[in-house]
Amino acid sequence: MTQTQTKTWDVAVVGAGMAGMAASLFAAERGLSCIQIGNGGGLLFASGLLDLLAVHPVAARRVWDNPFEALAMIRRDQPDHPLARVDDASMRAAFQSFTSALGDAGMPFAPLGDRNASVLTSLGTPKPTYGVPRTMAAGVDALAGRPPCLLLDFRGLREFSARQIVATIGDTWPGLRMARVEFPGAEATSELYAAHMAVALESGEFRERTLARVRPLLGDARVVGFPAVLGLARSAVVHAAFEEGLGVPVFEIPTMPTSVPGLRLNAALEQAVVTRGVHRMLRVDVASTSFDETAVLTLDGVPGGQRVSARTVVLATGRFSGRGLSAGQQGVTETLLGLPVQQPASRDAWHSRDFLDPAGHAINRAGLATDDDFRPLDATGRPAWPGLYAVGSILAGQDWMREKCGSGLALGTARVAVDRIARQLRAPSGVGEAG
Amino acid sequence: METQVLIIGGGATGTALARDLALRGVDCVLVERDDINAGASGRNHGLLHSGARYVSNDHEAAVECRTEGEILKRVAFRSIQDTGGYFVAVAGDDEKYVADFPGHCQRSGIQAKVIDVAEAREREPAISEHAIAVYEVPDASVDPFRLSLESMAQARSLGARLMRRTRVVGFDREGPRIVAVRVLDTVSGAEQRIHAAQVVNAAGAWAREVALLAGAPVEMLYSKGTLLITHGRMAQHVINRLRKPGNADILMPGGTVSVLGTTSLRVDSLEDIHPTVAEVDRIVDEAAPMLPGLRTMRFIRAYAGVRPLLGSPAGSDGRNVSRGFALYDHEDQGLANFATLTGGKLTTCRLMAERAADLVCRRLGVSSPCLTAIEVIPAAPECEWTVPGRAPREWMRAHGLDDPMLCECEMVSGSVVDLLYASLREAGDMPTLTDIGLRSRVGKGACQGAFCAVRTVAHLYQRGDFQARRGLDEITDFFRERWRGQHPVLWGEQLAQAELMEALHCGLFGEELRGADGVEALRSAVSGEGTP
Repeated sequence: MTQTQTKTWDVAVVGAGMAGMAASLFAAERGLSCIQIGNGGGLLFASGLLDLLAVHPVAARRVWDNPFEALAMIRRDQPDHPLARVDDASMRAAFQSFTSALGDAGMPFAPLGDRNASVLTSLGTPKPTYGVPRTMAAGVDALAGRPPCLLLDFRGLREFSARQIVATIGDTWPGLRMARVEFPGAEATSELYAAHMAVALESGEFRERTLARVRPLLGDARVVGFPAVLGLARSAVVHAAFEEGLGVPVFEIPTMPTSVPGLRLNAALEQAVVTRGVHRMLRVDVASTSFDETAVLTLDGVPGGQRVSARTVVLATGRFSGRGLSAGQQGVTETLLGLPVQQPASRDAWHSRDFLDPAGHAINRAGLATDDDFRPLDATGRPAWPGLYAVGSILAGQDWMREKCGSGLALGTARVAVDRIARQLRAPSGVGEAG
Repeated sequence: METQVLIIGGGATGTALARDLALRGVDCVLVERDDINAGASGRNHGLLHSGARYVSNDHEAAVECRTEGEILKRVAFRSIQDTGGYFVAVAGDDEKYVADFPGHCQRSGIQAKVIDVAEAREREPAISEHAIAVYEVPDASVDPFRLSLESMAQARSLGARLMRRTRVVGFDREGPRIVAVRVLDTVSGAEQRIHAAQVVNAAGAWAREVALLAGAPVEMLYSKGTLLITHGRMAQHVINRLRKPGNADILMPGGTVSVLGTTSLRVDSLEDIHPTVAEVDRIVDEAAPMLPGLRTMRFIRAYAGVRPLLGSPAGSDGRNVSRGFALYDHEDQGLANFATLTGGKLTTCRLMAERAADLVCRRLGVSSPCLTAIEVIPAAPECEWTVPGRAPREWMRAHGLDDPMLCECEMVSGSVVDLLYASLREAGDMPTLTDIGLRSRVGKGACQGAFCAVRTVAHLYQRGDFQARRGLDEITDFFRERWRGQHPVLWGEQLAQAELMEALHCGLFGEELRGADGVEALRSAVSGEGTP
């Protein structure tokens, strides 16, 4: 028998990736009752860095030092880009409340300003980004100032070679050195897993044994870099202990997914939304939907089935790997509601033949078209339902991977949509008046 | 450099010729513009033809395939899996062709055993329920990389020399003789002359260009063939469509995958050969009536090669042109020490080499007989890693402390990469990530290298093999090359996989920004006090 919850939520957010988390968080902060429905795993590929916007136009590979100047250029050049619909104040507010919530949940970020930061990746490339976890912040200063610096790695952590980073960028950083140490207790194994190391380093004893191996290697180093394994839930404590134990600033370098900072981000966001009263239903799929006065979502994966009713719905289901979009041989469809997807005319035009084509692949700009409030349009070009919003990477007209705007897209669009929802729900006669 | 015979081209034919000559005690040098099997030899089904494919339209080719297939099953058994093959007709296929098939096979001496359709479908559930006739023939699968690598390894053990990444740029002639061949090292840019008593052009699809350089033009046609790799293995036997040779009529089992193809499209140029979306769709559409599971199959990659065919440009698609081979002695063109060996099939590469070696030996006055049909190709440790399942078994057996697993899809560990790297270095080469991919399963699993390429590069830095920014160059080259075959099959699950790959390599690592002004500034400039 199908259970129907008697409650009608202000907002039902579908999706548990960056955009879904941001929308849930912002809705809760606005005092809206919010249920979040997701099938999980959406954040595991995150690096922990929060990109706002760094490259525009992508074909010219122009890298911006000030993300807000880049935003202004997007508004001028591509008025249909989702970021063109996010004003500076909303974007700043979105990053401020997002990072402050993360800080409360144990993942503090470096102060945000008007400038992008440059972070060294494990490939030795400098990555422009905006929000930098505090555990990585000393690396931004180190890359900018290039003081004598020691990079450490651990035998067995296969995707991270300090020697590779030094070889790749050492020509412009004479004081950069590397050393490899054995991870305590792992002398008899050939593979280490970042998450296991991170948990081990939360133990004071492990930390002390590790630091004892690192101290003799310090030399003239004024800053020390490690792969991002310095603690999982208690990374702030582990990071502080490393800085104190070594007597110099310490930074983490982001690693390949599934990365420890990605796991931290996921855990911190879960804690942030739950403590703010968001009701979460995970590992369930929405089987069907109906829209009338309110939206009714029928869930799959709940014994007996369950119906959720909500005044507004935020679609944050992501793209292909998030399952919000589905690509068949004949074209791209939107999986939950069958909304029209803006896309190239044929599959032949989906991809450039050059993987690294600066202009990007046309398929990455496919997605949902919306009005200025982020309400997805139906086939007639009108909002599909007055209370339905779409946010994050499912939106058409952006290329977050090349524009380096993944978090800007998720947070900025979620912020604007939630603001519109709050206004809509305050209007006396409900959803009908909001358009 | 001096040698008795210079072989141009390191495909199936050239490496078989090196082996043949080396076994006869003739000194030879093989120059290859790219790498072993870089052309059509590495871009085919990997089918060891029983000959049944050709019984209706090319009796001679059918007989050659039959006898050569039997020989290779003996001497190159390590590269061959005797899978057996089915010929399957489905409702709507030409019934006269089906009825004539067993008689044609008998005439060519090929065993074709009729199989009850229900029984065939029990053994191979991928076959359509609309099948109307099934015959079993002695088709087999061959790993063309292992075959060529092992042939070359045997030749080298007997003194033959291999020069990869070496392109022929000119011939010095004195009257009827080529006195030297000018070659360019494409890595260092250095040019040198190789003095050889005899020169054999075994450049496959490039044989026309090489022959032209020598001043001895040959008539050739190019036929482009595209193939698809499925995510899982669909069948145990080779499955052929029982009809006139056409598009998408063969499904090959190959380790953990199946290979489906091919198309035949006449092309005029060898530049920029890559599979297209239209070809991929056509292959799936044409093969689906025999193998309906293809409609929902996940494909991981496509690839395209160019078959060198004999004849003049008249036919429409190259299907009616002979798949036989030709050995040109060029004597009517006034050349006494040059030969061109072209056309043919993977299955007949040994026979082609034998004929060319006979010609060369006659000219050299060498009387030793051909041994390639008798001598078994010995195992070589650096040639075993293209085989799926080989690396994980070895790793399980000998798992050492310093042997990290680099590729988790296909289970390739550091020690395999080390061995391949060392064997290439020994030959005087600077090995690339792509070279290691060709000789192992690295990059061939579902992730298509997104993770293992990064781990392999980190491993090579750690060993001190890679210096400076070489790893970044290698990673971008590797992905650019693989992408050419990936993008036409990107839909469904594989598109989601590609999205993760791009999120990592562009979103995080920013590989597409290499060399861009803004990022170069970040890379090299020390900015003001403490400002990010």
